[in-house]
Amino acid sequence: MVKAKAFLKRFYVGLVFFLLYSPILVMIVCSFNSSKARTVWGGFTFDWYLQLFRDGAVLEAVRTSLLLTASAALIATALGTLACLGMAAMGKQSQGVLISITNIPMLNADIVTGIAVMLLFVRFMNLGYTSMLIAHVTLCIPYIILNVMPKLRQTNTSIYEAALDLGATPVYAFIKVVLPDLMPAIFSGFLLAFTISLDDFIITYFTKGAGINTISTMLYQEVRRGINPEMYAMSTLLFLAILLILFAANRISETQEEKGA
Amino acid sequence: MNKQKFLAGPYLVWAAGFIILPLLMVLYYGLTGDEGQLTLEHLAAIADPIHVKALWESLLIAAGSTAICLVIAYPLAYILSRSHIRQSGAVIMLFILPMWINFLLRILALQMILANTGILNAILRFFGLPRLHLMYSHGAILIGMVYEYLPFMILPIYNILCKIDRDVIDAARDLGADGITVFRRIILPLSLPGVMSGVIMVFIPGISEFVIADILGGSKILLIGNVIEQEFSLANDWGLGSGLSLVLMLFIFVSMPLMNKYDKTGEGQILW
Repeated sequence: MVKAKAFLKRFYVGLVFFLLYSPILVMIVCSFNSSKARTVWGGFTFDWYLQLFRDGAVLEAVRTSLLLTASAALIATALGTLACLGMAAMGKQSQGVLISITNIPMLNADIVTGIAVMLLFVRFMNLGYTSMLIAHVTLCIPYIILNVMPKLRQTNTSIYEAALDLGATPVYAFIKVVLPDLMPAIFSGFLLAFTISLDDFIITYFTKGAGINTISTMLYQEVRRGINPEMYAMSTLLFLAILLILFAANRISETQEEKGA
Repeated sequence: MNKQKFLAGPYLVWAAGFIILPLLMVLYYGLTGDEGQLTLEHLAAIADPIHVKALWESLLIAAGSTAICLVIAYPLAYILSRSHIRQSGAVIMLFILPMWINFLLRILALQMILANTGILNAILRFFGLPRLHLMYSHGAILIGMVYEYLPFMILPIYNILCKIDRDVIDAARDLGADGITVFRRIILPLSLPGVMSGVIMVFIPGISEFVIADILGGSKILLIGNVIEQEFSLANDWGLGSGLSLVLMLFIFVSMPLMNKYDKTGEGQILW
């Protein structure tokens, strides 16, 4: 009875993960399919991978996407972490108001956020890389604040004050005492922001200027006329890259924990 | 520590300029006519039968996908939160990882699976089962949305279930509660904030979705998101598009108090 229950649980978890990952599996298979027709298997090929590295437009879109996402996530991390430190010093009421404002981009439908930012840009500046960057930073900041703020509340302020009493400058005490404590939260916020920004289509779609493409907007243009299989190859590589990075990061933190213990 | 307040300065400026001001722009465009005069015409346009139908279908599909997500996610989050891997953080990674494949590609891959000549039907045919006509229907959009938003339901529920103190459950058992009573009286009430944030995180993007409806629904099914998108990209009627967006923004005023009710510490952490 207990065994059957354990099996059922595993089966259920496995099934949901399988459903979640099956479209990705399909896409990886497609990246090796020599037929351009999506539902016909034409034989195994590496051609799309080779063509990908000769295709300037696709590489440019990948470069724009990664650059945009990395800059947006970094700027958001800096702004968001500073905001948390400032908010921690505020009274309950102003803190509550700020958190509510922070929640707006998450609670608002993406399409409304995208349109709102676009209306502002069209009025006061041109749409282009900068407008996309600003929109993406705005999209990212809530994820940083919502990750860092709870952690900041848990940190013990007396250690920070002790460091000050012992003669550390506030900046030195912050870097040596508070920051190491916050680092995991800042990092997970950054990772989440990076992922959300990279995956975003709707906000990019409304704020992008003519002639600029990210991976998302390039794909959207191709939806009607048929997807260039190079995109499958590109995504497969991107997926493998992040898988390796996360695996390595996990191993590093595990060995560190072992050393610590 | 009072001096620290100024550190929030840059973010305050940012929030005022790029969160509040843009929303005021929507308000401005939504409430003014061609000559800049005040008008309620764009807001009233929601009563147009086409728009009412689109909004109604959007609400139905969003509610449906939220319900299905909840039914799938709760048991999953519960099982994962009770397993030995709960501390590793790997679980959360596994749900975020698919997002590294572009959203559009995932939906297109889903299309290949669901299509009339797709993979699912090939498997059904292999077993001699009748073919399913899933594509370009409400069902296809529903499957797409459940697929896309399921992680947003799993993560908050999983997080909150992990935080429940084992001692509370043990205490209830010591006092004679059986498994069902423990779940009904202890676990379920304590996990409600996570359920609430999961529901909001699925329902809100669900109402305004237009890409999934575009790809999996064909252009036959018009959701409110499609209507708004077309006002901006095709019809160039920004006033009407903004007016309809304002209607969508009303849902914020419903969800914000709900969030605050369950988020007693004011940390907003229950969203993630």
